[in-house]
Amino acid sequence: MSDETLRLIEQTADDLFAAESGAARAALAKGEWPEGAWQAFAATGLAQAALPEDAGGAGLAAGLAVLRAAGRHAAPLPVAETMMATLLCHAAGMEAPPGPLALSTTAAGEDGDGSTVRRVPWARFASAVAVVGPEGTLTLRTPADVVEGANLAGEPRDDMALSGPPAAAGTLPPDTDGTLLMALARAAQLRGAMEQALAMTVRYASEREQFGRPLARFQAIQHHLAEIAGEAAASGAAVDAAAEARTPFAFAAAKARASQAAGTIARLAHQVHGAIGYTAEHDLHHWTKRLWAWRDECGNEAHWWRVLGTDAGQGGGAALWPMLVAAGTAGTDAAAAAGEGARP
Amino acid sequence: MTGFDFPPPVMPPGVEALRAEVRAFLAQSQAEEGWRPDSDFGSDWSASFSRALGARGWIGMTWPAAYGGHERSALERYVVIEELLAAGAPVYAHWVADRQSGPLLLRFGSEAQRRAILPRIAAGGCYFAIGMSEPDSGSDLASVRTRAVRSGDGWRIDGTKVWTSNAHRSHYMIALCRTGPAGESRHEGLSQFLIDLEGDGVEVNPIVNLAGKHDFNECVFDGVTIPADRLIGREGDGWRQVTGELALERSGPERILSTFHLLAALVEAAGPAPEPRLAEAIGRLVAEFYALRAMSLAVAGRLEAGALPDVEAAIVKDMGTRFEAEVAETLRRAVPLEPVAGDRDGAGGNAPSLASALGASVLGLPSFTLRGGTNEILRSIIARGLGVR
Repeated sequence: MSDETLRLIEQTADDLFAAESGAARAALAKGEWPEGAWQAFAATGLAQAALPEDAGGAGLAAGLAVLRAAGRHAAPLPVAETMMATLLCHAAGMEAPPGPLALSTTAAGEDGDGSTVRRVPWARFASAVAVVGPEGTLTLRTPADVVEGANLAGEPRDDMALSGPPAAAGTLPPDTDGTLLMALARAAQLRGAMEQALAMTVRYASEREQFGRPLARFQAIQHHLAEIAGEAAASGAAVDAAAEARTPFAFAAAKARASQAAGTIARLAHQVHGAIGYTAEHDLHHWTKRLWAWRDECGNEAHWWRVLGTDAGQGGGAALWPMLVAAGTAGTDAAAAAGEGARP
Repeated sequence: MTGFDFPPPVMPPGVEALRAEVRAFLAQSQAEEGWRPDSDFGSDWSASFSRALGARGWIGMTWPAAYGGHERSALERYVVIEELLAAGAPVYAHWVADRQSGPLLLRFGSEAQRRAILPRIAAGGCYFAIGMSEPDSGSDLASVRTRAVRSGDGWRIDGTKVWTSNAHRSHYMIALCRTGPAGESRHEGLSQFLIDLEGDGVEVNPIVNLAGKHDFNECVFDGVTIPADRLIGREGDGWRQVTGELALERSGPERILSTFHLLAALVEAAGPAPEPRLAEAIGRLVAEFYALRAMSLAVAGRLEAGALPDVEAAIVKDMGTRFEAEVAETLRRAVPLEPVAGDRDGAGGNAPSLASALGASVLGLPSFTLRGGTNEILRSIIARGLGVR
């Protein structure tokens, strides 16, 4: 897929989420499903963007570009969950149900005790819940016995009983890891939210005057802005590199790096905004709450650090460099997770 | 969009074969020459190693063949130099010449300068010092006071350069001098000159650093006269030229890899089943390195595309140098040992003890966030790149 196509997809997503997200967030805050925003999203076909090109999509990088835009506008919709559930269904040779999909993965305690799944994003509003189980099983269930919960940003995170037989069941190919894919998807959303936090903070620092000059003229503030930009850039680079390399190491590193950056960026964005940014009225919290919520979902940075730190030691010190180079190079490892590599 | 993207570059075909070739060369060189692996590019000076690299075609890789270069891409060069650094090879002698002085001459130098000097650099036998800082001009480079005035057919230079690494063992320096009024921008009236450190009569005085090493020098120009053809580029264009040179100085993988040998040592010490806290500490470092390498590669991709990614390079260097320090700190905490200076614990040969490797890094770390531009200056460059001033 060409860079031009990729830009077009991201622009379409950006325009859509820019137009729909504000009203949709207000609806969700009242406990309502933002049906209008969902229909507008569904009409674009962007939920299929991450599928391989021969399956009607535009590939993993395109899907991540859509998720970046969704994060940039704090779109309160199960975009990542629907997109990744669709991709996993394709990989398992199953038909993805229509409508908004929820997805339960197993990074850190989300899989409950086998009879329930915990903190499943958007379960109450989903037409079906895709559950990644042990040993690569993928089941589809109709949401039932949902106990409603939420993350810090007020996005639905529900517990659900796994009672009765699933509506459909399949097996993911060995090179397709649903938990890692969803972690990468969340990292892409984080990256988008970081961009918006940076943009808002740069704008505020340029407009707000104290001591007779804009905040941005103070070196201490400039250095905060530089640090936010650096953390956001590192997260973005890790996500882009993961989409290119498609190794389990790269996926884990992307989520680890983005989760690590999220807290730093939220802290500094608030520090620069001062008291106005701490109010419910100001928009900043829509993004910082998502940074705080998403960094702990799908495995936080410490979870993935432990995975990476254990992986890194497998060959000893002398093997570290070749391992890191291979992990960052496309085609050296059986395409971790996704799209083009996974056959239906 | 506010912020900076680091898109992965498309690597040229055959690059992994080149990587394998470099690794094989390094394994053999290390076995034969017995150099001690240290990933800091400034750790070890070896003219024989530099000449061996030159013979392989791995210096001046991107330059035209007419000047002794090999017409490879910036990404192929990136792969070679990251392999050299990761292996801890002794690359210091030719490093500055290959990284910035040669490219500067290629871009701005006269045909005669290029023909005289670039092939010698590419062969691994001609080394350069950087003539930027002065006693009163550190981060504020535009304030340099070393003056060059026209004298007869040439120039007469008076002033002092300082912190000049390797002036005592390099053939040339590229000196930034004031040749006219600074103007309102302060960036006018600067010019760069090629100085022959062996023949022009510059007085070179050693400055020993806190680790006891002699890298730095003070270089005194007391009425040094040079011919007219030593001007590099255009008179008064020095600021534009030197900022391009600095972008090259800041953009390479040596700003993320200086302590890589310690990261490998940490992984080795931790073994295949590290306890969770140690695994977490190692994982944090490798995740950070993974992101930094992706960013550093993207910068090389931009250079290959003909851009001068100075803001992106500043981001990588600011974060990369802090990462380098974090590696040493993590190792120090994880493997409790007292760092030693030099080899006074008696370890020798090809495998210096971890204590002396750590000691070298602890004593080297303060320079990592200073050399090539302080992190504070870098952050101001990044802020400017965000549209803030």
